[in-house]
Amino acid sequence: MKNEKMQIMSVNSVALDTIEMVLKNSYISQTAVPGQFLHVGVDGHTLRRPISIADVNKQEESVTILFKIIGSGTRHLSSYQAGMILNVLGPNGNGFPIQDDATVLLIGGGIGVPPLYNLGKTLAERGTKIISILGFQTADSVFYEQKFRNLGETYIVTNDGTYGYEGYVTDVLELTDDFDRYYSCGPVPMLEAITAALKHKQGFISLEERMGCGVGACFACVIPTDTQGGYKKICKDGPVFSAQEVML
Amino acid sequence: MTNLAVNLPGLQLKNPVMPASGCFGFGREYSEFYDLGKLGAVIMKAATGSERFGNHVPRVAETSSGMLNAIGLQNPGVEKIIETEVPFLADYDTKLIANVAGSTIEEYELVAKTFNQTNQVHALELNISCPNVKEGGSQFGTDPFMAAKVTERVKQANNLPVYVKLSPNVSDIITMAKAVEAAGADGLSMINTLAGMQIHLPSKRPLLANKTGGLSGPAVKPIAIRMIYEVKQHVSIPIIGMGGISNAEDVLEFLLAGANAVAVGTANFQNPFICPEIIDELPGVLNKYGFGSVQDAVGKGIVE
Repeated sequence: MKNEKMQIMSVNSVALDTIEMVLKNSYISQTAVPGQFLHVGVDGHTLRRPISIADVNKQEESVTILFKIIGSGTRHLSSYQAGMILNVLGPNGNGFPIQDDATVLLIGGGIGVPPLYNLGKTLAERGTKIISILGFQTADSVFYEQKFRNLGETYIVTNDGTYGYEGYVTDVLELTDDFDRYYSCGPVPMLEAITAALKHKQGFISLEERMGCGVGACFACVIPTDTQGGYKKICKDGPVFSAQEVML
Repeated sequence: MTNLAVNLPGLQLKNPVMPASGCFGFGREYSEFYDLGKLGAVIMKAATGSERFGNHVPRVAETSSGMLNAIGLQNPGVEKIIETEVPFLADYDTKLIANVAGSTIEEYELVAKTFNQTNQVHALELNISCPNVKEGGSQFGTDPFMAAKVTERVKQANNLPVYVKLSPNVSDIITMAKAVEAAGADGLSMINTLAGMQIHLPSKRPLLANKTGGLSGPAVKPIAIRMIYEVKQHVSIPIIGMGGISNAEDVLEFLLAGANAVAVGTANFQNPFICPEIIDELPGVLNKYGFGSVQDAVGKGIVE
């Protein structure tokens, strides 16, 4: 991980309040692995914003991030335009373990979907069959559907049923049981439901939390590992954990 | 040649800049960015008698020009810190200050004694001002009698110089400073964070799991400057100043208000290189305003 400058190559709105930014940087594009994140500085804001890496293009030395406009920091970041420079710490965190499985299931919820794309692409290139279940609040929030379909079988779920299946990602889990491992990222209630429903399977989950330093020094983003005071730092030990490793 | 050296009890500093306690862990993470030997000193994250897990998350929230934190003194306990963290930091050419916390006077004594036995720690920062724990911390830091008592007992329990970290969450900071000076404090460290709160609109509840948190960052700098300025005129022990420092001009402002050295906290999160950058820029800033050394500037902003 280094403190790097990244030039914005493009800014696109890909869904409701959802921005895709392509950033140019040699070091980060060559070293990042799926599941890692960038700690992005936003002018006028004290704290950096942790944002997952959604895609990497080593030839073009570019890194794609997606974020949702939630508060003043992400709103300000969404106003940045191509050509501007971002101050970034990255790539941060551990990333998903890459295994040689025959088939994996990716389960993403909302803005937890992006890191799974980079993972799915990487695994597909290694010959793994990819099945994806992507959950969104509503039809307007859906993004990257075609990109995931290009990787393999994909199920889209919306909470209000305005697109794809109606309900939650757990409602369509039963449609597919033929996979060796699952990888999931999304809101904590979703991860709780998934890790409970897929107890019999090996899985990895990626967690999000409000962060301070983003490098492991400030202890802002910890997650308990047991009831005896054990813990992991999400920014440094994570954000990816095995499903049994942490207490959600 | 601008002289950045500062001579304080137990601390012959090559420069006056050190990362503030709690914002730098035990240095390992930032050692990947630069040589910690560049720093005047390192103030370690708070140590308690035994391991503490701290508060639930969320533990941080951004504010205008600052942030709230409620970590809750998470640390592996003094023994573990001495075993696994102190030797790492002791390898660097810098001074080491241990931040001592506790729930009872006995716990403060125990932590201080334990650090004293290592011979690798150069001074203690007595944390009587953490706003984020139910017991200990701020009940000692808001009552001059209790502050004096814990200072006196910790002084008796060890030979290291003791810098008492004052809470700004008091109506009369001068009384607090004088009380700990009279009790034997070798120096002051000020200010800790200000108690604050943020309500999260979507959930209509306090954002931090601990409800309240300590405000830090540029937002608190004027309060720190005012408190140091006032205290300086009533005590003769040195002051390590902190509160929202993010550049070398801020450091000079703290020196002028009466600080002898400074600590940089929240700014590390935005810029991991902030401490060495400030150290590099400080001679130029001192020269620009007519000072040949750090020592020359201390207290020069105080007017009759």
